[in-house]
Parts: sequence; structure tokens; C-alpha cells
Amino acid sequence: MSEARQPSEGDLQAYADGRVDPDRKAAIDAWLAEHPDEAERVEAYRRFGEGLRSLYEPVLEEPVPARLMRSAGVRRPWLPSAKAAAWLALGVAIGTLAGWQLHEWRTPPPLAADPAAVMARRAAMAHATYSPEVRHPVEVGADQEQHLVTWLSKRVGAKVRVPRLDEAGMSLVGGRLLPGETGPVAQFMYQTTAGRRITLYVRAEARGHRETAFRYARENNVGVFYWVDRECGYALASADLSKDELLHIATLVYKQFD
Amino acid sequence: MNEAERLVELIPRLRRYARALVGDRATADDLVQDTLERAWAKLHLYRRGTDLRAWLFTVMHNVHVNRVRAARATDPLEEEMPELAQRASQGDALLVRDLDRAISRLPDEQRAVLLLVTLEEMSYDSVARTLEIPIGTVMSRLSRAREKLRAMMLGQGATRLKVVK
Repeated sequence: MSEARQPSEGDLQAYADGRVDPDRKAAIDAWLAEHPDEAERVEAYRRFGEGLRSLYEPVLEEPVPARLMRSAGVRRPWLPSAKAAAWLALGVAIGTLAGWQLHEWRTPPPLAADPAAVMARRAAMAHATYSPEVRHPVEVGADQEQHLVTWLSKRVGAKVRVPRLDEAGMSLVGGRLLPGETGPVAQFMYQTTAGRRITLYVRAEARGHRETAFRYARENNVGVFYWVDRECGYALASADLSKDELLHIATLVYKQFD
Repeated sequence: MNEAERLVELIPRLRRYARALVGDRATADDLVQDTLERAWAKLHLYRRGTDLRAWLFTVMHNVHVNRVRAARATDPLEEEMPELAQRASQGDALLVRDLDRAISRLPDEQRAVLLLVTLEEMSYDSVARTLEIPIGTVMSRLSRAREKLRAMMLGQGATRLKVVK
């Protein structure tokens, strides 16, 4: 074993934050390779960061309440009538654009344009949040599958089914209920014997929603195939599988529901 | 883009930080609102060309400290009780699980450092300037916050925490 110099605590913190230059990083890598406990500690720190970001990322997309816009000086020295007119014009513009209530601002608007893409994004975040969980990956385990299906169907408001993915070496871990854009959504988790995980995100679609072909998106390191089929929208997400593997499983799911 | 416009642009980030800092949505937005009002009133004190985000987060930090102090002065229980109750009944409660719960149990000053570094991805220097503390203090609070989190996530609770300090 070499005698890699022990990094300072500050170095390790910076390492966990990805803020050390390449030379220093190599030295710390070498030291951590010889100190598995410390490597594990630093890795845990890094994962807290990821977890925190995925947990709070959705706040960035929430509509900003009008009271905050007003406090932020959107009451510049305008004449009262001009101000009222501006608010009205703004409200009409936003109301027409997004069908949102007049009193809510939406920043930034383009994301809302495609509900399926929003679903994919949420599915990726939910995947990033729960798939690393060791203790509580799901709320209801696969041993209570019947209960899981009944419960989630009732809450989601559509007949939710659990696909069999044994063919792809994936077995059901269980599922959970999550808050979605327009109502509760279901998330099912599967894993291989080696612990590679995928999650299937299912939400009820409004009647008259068009069915769509598979589409693919990537959010950080999570790949997502998503589609709308009859009464449900689906998003299959994984950080562990390649795009091809994920497509294979998405096809399996689609066929079973057809 | 002038300062006022940039202020508006930073609102979602202020809200994200506030949400993680105080927990429930209404209290967090109240904090953001107080921050924006104060920032707006003091915008003439902001020096052009310096980091507006850091300046704004400093304002928020000061507002937050004052609010916490005021809450403590009126009723020491006030701070803890409603927060817990609101959390349990909140719609997002399902997303807000272990990690979030652990973060809410960190001491305020450690949580602020951790959130600015990891959530806001501020440099350590900016965090020091924002919170108006020496950089050494930033690093030690960061280190302690993370070790406490880790102990909590491992389910080893408070006994382990004492050793860390």
C-alpha cells in the first residue's frame, strides 16, 4: 500500500461537493481507496446533496404567488391606473397562455407546455429520490401486491396494473403514492437480483388525452421513456440501465397493457 | 437586466431555500415575502457589480434570524409545535421523508450552511460572505451538519452525535 497523504477534513468536504481540482482529486481518490470507511462517509455526503436537490427541485417550478411578485417590487413607481392595467394585461396574457388562475405567476412558462414532458421530469425526480433508498424504497411491498393495486387504483383514479417484468430479470419491490401535477400518482419499483432498479410512474390521464408514442428524456443521470396509453400516462425511469435496456422494458410494459 | 428584474428572477431560488430551511410552504413564503420587502426597501444599499444573489441571501438570513428570535421571545414552544403539525398534514409529506426530516433536526446555523452549499451550490467563499461568518466556520459547520445527518440516517440518533463534535 502506498502512503497517500491524509486529506484534511476540508478537502474531504470539498471532494464530496465535487470542488477539488483534478490533481488533488487523484490524491484523495488514492487515499480513499485505502480507507473504505472514509470513502463511504464521503460518498454518503455526496448523496445527501443529490437527495436534497431532487427533493427541493420541484419548488423551482412552482408558480410564484402574486403576493411575492408584488413584494419584489413589481410595484415600481407606476401610476395606480397604469399599474392596474399592467396587472390586467399580465393576467390575461398568463390566463390565455396557461389557463392558470390570474393570481398565480408561472416562472418559467415553457416547461408547462407539454404535460407529458413534465410527467417525465417528475418521474425522473421521484426515481432519483427513492431508488437509492435502502430502508424505505416503497410504502407497500410486493408481498401485498393485491392491496397495493387496489389502493393505488383508488387513489390515482384509474385502473392501475402492475406489469410482470421477470422476462427482463426484474422483480417487483413494491409501490408508493406520490403527489403529481394534477393529483396523486403511483410509483412501482422493480429490481434485478444485483440491485439495479427501475421505477414505473403511472398517472391518470384526462379523457380525450391523445395517446403518444414512446419518447425519451434524460434528467441528470436518470433516463426516462414515457408515453400515454388510454387512461394512463406512464414514465419508466432508471439511473442504472442503458437506454436500450430501458426501451426493452418499456416495450414489455406497453405490450402487457395493450 | 436591472437589479429589480434580477430580484424577481431569483424568487424561485429564494423559495426553494426557504422551504428547505423552515419546512412548510406558508412559513417559507412568508419568509420570502419579508425578505423581498426588505431587499426592495434596501436595494439602494446593494453595490452594483457585486453578487446580487449573495446579497439577497444575506438579507434573507438576517430576516430569518430575526423571525426565529421573535418567535422564541413570544413563546419558546411556538416554534416547534406548529411546524411539526403542519409538516404532518402537508400535501407533499410523502416526498418529504427521511432526509428532509433529518435536515429539519439540524441546528439552524448548520442547516443554513449545508443548504447554501448543497442546494444553492454556492462557493464556500460566498457562503461565508452571505452568512457573514469566517470561512473556517463555514467548513466546520458543514462538516458537523453532514456528520449529524449521516448519524441520523444511519438511525444511530443522538448518542453518536456527541462524539462527532
